[in-house]
Amino acid sequence: MFKDIGKLFLGNKKALFGLLLLLFFALVGLLAPVIAPYDPKSNRVETITVLSEERDRSRTISREDLDPSTEKKVYSQSVTTTYERITKKLPLKGKPSSAHLLGTTHSGQDIFSQLIWGTRVSLTVGLVTGLFTTVLSLCLALIAGYFGGLVDDVISLFTNVFLVIPSLPLMIVIAAYVTVRGVIPIILILGLTSWPWPTRVLRSQVVSLKNRDFVRVSKSLGEKPSYVVFREILPNMISLVMASFFSSTMAAIIGEATLEFIGLGNVSVVSWGTMLYWAQANGALLAGFWWWFLPPGICIALIGTSFALMNFAIDEISNPKLRKR
Amino acid sequence: MKYFFRKIGLLLFALFVAMTLNFFIPRMMPGDPARELIDRMQGIPPEAMESIRIAFGLDTKDTLIVQYGKYLLNVLKGELGISLSRFPTPVRDVLKIAIPWTLGLMGFATILSFFIGTILGIGAAWSRNKRWATLTVGTFIFIRSFPYFWLGLLFIYFFGFRLQVFPIGNAYSFYVQKGGWDYFLSVLYHGFLPALTITVSSLGGWILTMRNNMINVLAEDYITVALAKGLPLRRIKNLYAAKNAMLPSITSFAMSLGFVVGGGLLTEMVFAYPGVGLMLWQAVQAKDYAMMQAIFLFISVAVLIANFLADLAILLLDPRVRDSGR
Repeated sequence: MFKDIGKLFLGNKKALFGLLLLLFFALVGLLAPVIAPYDPKSNRVETITVLSEERDRSRTISREDLDPSTEKKVYSQSVTTTYERITKKLPLKGKPSSAHLLGTTHSGQDIFSQLIWGTRVSLTVGLVTGLFTTVLSLCLALIAGYFGGLVDDVISLFTNVFLVIPSLPLMIVIAAYVTVRGVIPIILILGLTSWPWPTRVLRSQVVSLKNRDFVRVSKSLGEKPSYVVFREILPNMISLVMASFFSSTMAAIIGEATLEFIGLGNVSVVSWGTMLYWAQANGALLAGFWWWFLPPGICIALIGTSFALMNFAIDEISNPKLRKR
Repeated sequence: MKYFFRKIGLLLFALFVAMTLNFFIPRMMPGDPARELIDRMQGIPPEAMESIRIAFGLDTKDTLIVQYGKYLLNVLKGELGISLSRFPTPVRDVLKIAIPWTLGLMGFATILSFFIGTILGIGAAWSRNKRWATLTVGTFIFIRSFPYFWLGLLFIYFFGFRLQVFPIGNAYSFYVQKGGWDYFLSVLYHGFLPALTITVSSLGGWILTMRNNMINVLAEDYITVALAKGLPLRRIKNLYAAKNAMLPSITSFAMSLGFVVGGGLLTEMVFAYPGVGLMLWQAVQAKDYAMMQAIFLFISVAVLIANFLADLAILLLDPRVRDSGR
């Protein structure tokens, strides 16, 4: 089952390209401390050069005052190191150069290093939010779809209502009221405002699977609901769950960048969204500093494309009509 | 008719949920931001303080339920409180100036992109093995992954800053007298880039929806029959396939309207276009909570009504829905 999906997935050119793109960003995020040439938050570089080392050997013998029977010998060896500590301030609003591939910010941080560290934050927020949203909507969808009746009516009603209430203004209002600024509130806000669409899609799939013969058979054999749900229904909608996860993650990455760009995130965290915030706040656009505001957007778009391609492939795999023959 | 009443019921319930959210969000948050805000506003005359308390529903004499009831009544009367950033102008009056700009910009851009996207989607599905179709779909999938506001920044940079062919803010030139032909041209000129941003970034969604619907329809038996009968291809494409593929597209148009409107708000923020979006941004910067909430409420109402209208359109266009209630 999973093996087949995996094989189809990797055999699909779009999916493979999307997956490679995602792996590339994941690698950049993981290896950020190794790749990034500078500290993304610091505006100075410290270099320490050891000039000389002198060892000073001395022996001290001290007699314990309290207890005359013991004699304590203390050997100490002190090393005197003479070193030079050079603190170099990075240029402010520097243009791209060999030292700073994408220039520096208004307060002298290296933009290239920020972009690399930002990958880590943005991708993590995206994936965690995507997972959160998918799990939340999958639970709602399974409960509503499997049990039906009043539970289904209530969940469906709220899904339909929240589907049409525009989520961005809602997110902004909630985020503005949350007094704690940071990554975790953003994850919660994004997750709690983006569940309706996947819930709706997943629920209708659950309903359609519930009425298939193999599920009916399993039920009439007296299997427990948990068995029917997790062994019969869920495995047959894995591709849809994956698709929901990809879209939710993509939406979350854009959503995070949006909230942070407006200034509703923690602006001291280095992510793609806050980079855009600082670029905009310092008029990078009107000064023509394209190297400051273009790269974060391109990264977001590339990650988005990677998820979109994988989704496209899932669509093709699960809906043969869309497949090119 | 059953469909119609169900949709009206949903509309009213959604409006109620939006209003309820608006009331409870500030009260659910830890730290009571409303009180914090009042503490921040030292040096304001006590009478004004009193009115702010009332505007925030902070009359602690009342229980939460009574406050909620009062709030609902006030909203229905259109009393949305007082703007803090433009004290003491009522939020309603501030909104009144902004709404026409937003409705004009977003209405125009959304409808334009729906039509272009649908036409491109039909084409892309019909000739889906051709290179141009793959390329168009691919390009717009890529563009769709841009954050709206970033695409706006990009346009401002290239067309406004580099080439200097378009203005980078405002909805009209201050040197032109209001009313008249010149004013109209100036509005068009200023609205062009924001409209382009919204159109281009939402195009991908419509293309994709229409393409997938169309491909599904093209696999139907009656299309094969039509092809076998040797009907003109053009006729099959437009009358047999596209017409039927349009209906789900209208539904998803309604569904994603909220998303497009969100993008439009961001576009306005970036272009300093004096609509509701820019006002929302200013409200966020100034922590003008009454303003933010009123804007949320307004946008929700607008989107809900637009959705309702789309549902009515389905009712008129789809015989299955139209006849089911009889």
